[in-house]
Amino acid sequence: MLTWQLGELAELVQETPKVASLVLKMPDWPGHLAGQHVDVRVTAEDGYQTERSYSIASSPEDPRLAITVERLDDGEVSPYLVGELRIGDKVELRGPIGGWFVWRAADERPLLLVGGGSGVVPLMAMIRHRAAIKSTTPTRLLYSSRSQDDIIYRAELDRLVSRADGLTVAHTLTRMQPTGWKGYARRIDRAMLGEVAWPKVQAPLIYVCGPTPLVESVASVLVEMGYDAGSIKTERFGPTGG
Amino acid sequence: MTVLQSDMKLDGNAIGGLLREIFTVEMTNAEGTCATCGRVHAVGEVVVYMNAPGVVVRCPSCGAVQMRIVKGRERYWVDFSGVRCIEFSSE
Amino acid sequence: MGFISRGFRGKRRDTASSSRLPPGQYIVTDYPVLSAGPTPHIPLNEWNFVVEGEIDKPKSWSWEEFRKLPTEQVTKDIHCVTKWSKFDTGWTGVSMDTILEGVETAAEFTVQFSYGGYTTNLPLEDLTGGKAWVVFEFDGQPLHPEHGGPARMLVPHLYFWKSAKWIRGIRLVKEDEPGFWETNGYHNYGDPWREQRYWGD
Repeated sequence: MLTWQLGELAELVQETPKVASLVLKMPDWPGHLAGQHVDVRVTAEDGYQTERSYSIASSPEDPRLAITVERLDDGEVSPYLVGELRIGDKVELRGPIGGWFVWRAADERPLLLVGGGSGVVPLMAMIRHRAAIKSTTPTRLLYSSRSQDDIIYRAELDRLVSRADGLTVAHTLTRMQPTGWKGYARRIDRAMLGEVAWPKVQAPLIYVCGPTPLVESVASVLVEMGYDAGSIKTERFGPTGG
Repeated sequence: MTVLQSDMKLDGNAIGGLLREIFTVEMTNAEGTCATCGRVHAVGEVVVYMNAPGVVVRCPSCGAVQMRIVKGRERYWVDFSGVRCIEFSSE
Repeated sequence: MGFISRGFRGKRRDTASSSRLPPGQYIVTDYPVLSAGPTPHIPLNEWNFVVEGEIDKPKSWSWEEFRKLPTEQVTKDIHCVTKWSKFDTGWTGVSMDTILEGVETAAEFTVQFSYGGYTTNLPLEDLTGGKAWVVFEFDGQPLHPEHGGPARMLVPHLYFWKSAKWIRGIRLVKEDEPGFWETNGYHNYGDPWREQRYWGD
């Protein structure tokens, strides 16, 4: 049964100016799979209640549960989670949820992960899981961010890539690039996917996550390029507060 | 704030928790056959509109309404008539 | 009372007691967009509004013809069943009394039907007597597609799901035909003052 649990905020990690990870101590966490999410419920004193879903950022091996939240300027819940919440505060959540957009390490097919903005969060759980169990499954992350400062987990990704265990990361910065930038500098398109994606013959497993327009565009381009639609899993992020 | 139409559209992953409440098991990897066009999609792939008086699920292939879910006054009202058959694990 | 999230206030929601606020509602200052499907985009040269069903001769207006009808500017409070209310919303539109002028019918009920497939039902008497409009401007600006443009219904005395967006026409019917939400848990009539949100309310 999926019940609401109270986690305690143990650590707050500022990932970028607008994005922070909440590291929670969960008393009765049943464990999770990389790619799953939690529903967070917040309740005001007058009883007003609202829920949001956040992908789990931590690997299943991590004893603490982490979610990574982008603070939206006109958001209702994100400015509370990233801004008001203090160490020691309780957060009500339920999970883990999701059975389709999940990666199990037993699947040894080459992995292509495509993420836009905070869509990288569930993909990072997959990458962290892969690192924790020392998997060498060939993995490529194509990660789209607005600018270098907006790249979430940047240092950790660099570190994991430097292990040279089969993980590579290609960044594309769509709004602003620093001087001397050698990565991509545009929205993800067919040419970019052609250069980054595993060849079709290798029958990769593909996960695409981010804002709806990015997910739909990338998924349809990959299908046009001949990748098996059944091997492409998508998760759309978007505003859900009415 | 101008909300792009595409921003309002999510997928079955977003109602994973709601479907767990109703079915008591994980449903995002269940496969549903569209009653209108016959195509089969994992629940994680279906189109979901949540910014409404209820949840509206549409077939990603033909756009027809597959499910409607309303929750209120300690009740659920669920219409699955747009799904001819749903297949999911008994484990 | 269960767990309270310390310090969470949520979006500004005014529940200060007001005779203008129906039970269970709160006032918002923005204008939330609710949608059950993709936003239809109807070119004006293809747009049509019809009155059909229990009527001798169905009526139909193209956009040009529709815009020649006498219009009114009205200011109304609107109440969404999802609990937000918005006071003093300004609209420009054609009164349903104008649309139905001269129409003789034995029908007691109506169905509003929209581009995109949405439907909602109400008694004919709730569409007449200065209670309903087909509106095409909000706050003096052409109605945005996200909010139901080119034209939507405005029936402010009922919950706002009873005011169909992207309106295509009205069907006059002898027997009540519950619409999209009325067949799935929402109240058949929808009076916010009696808090008629769901079946059985």
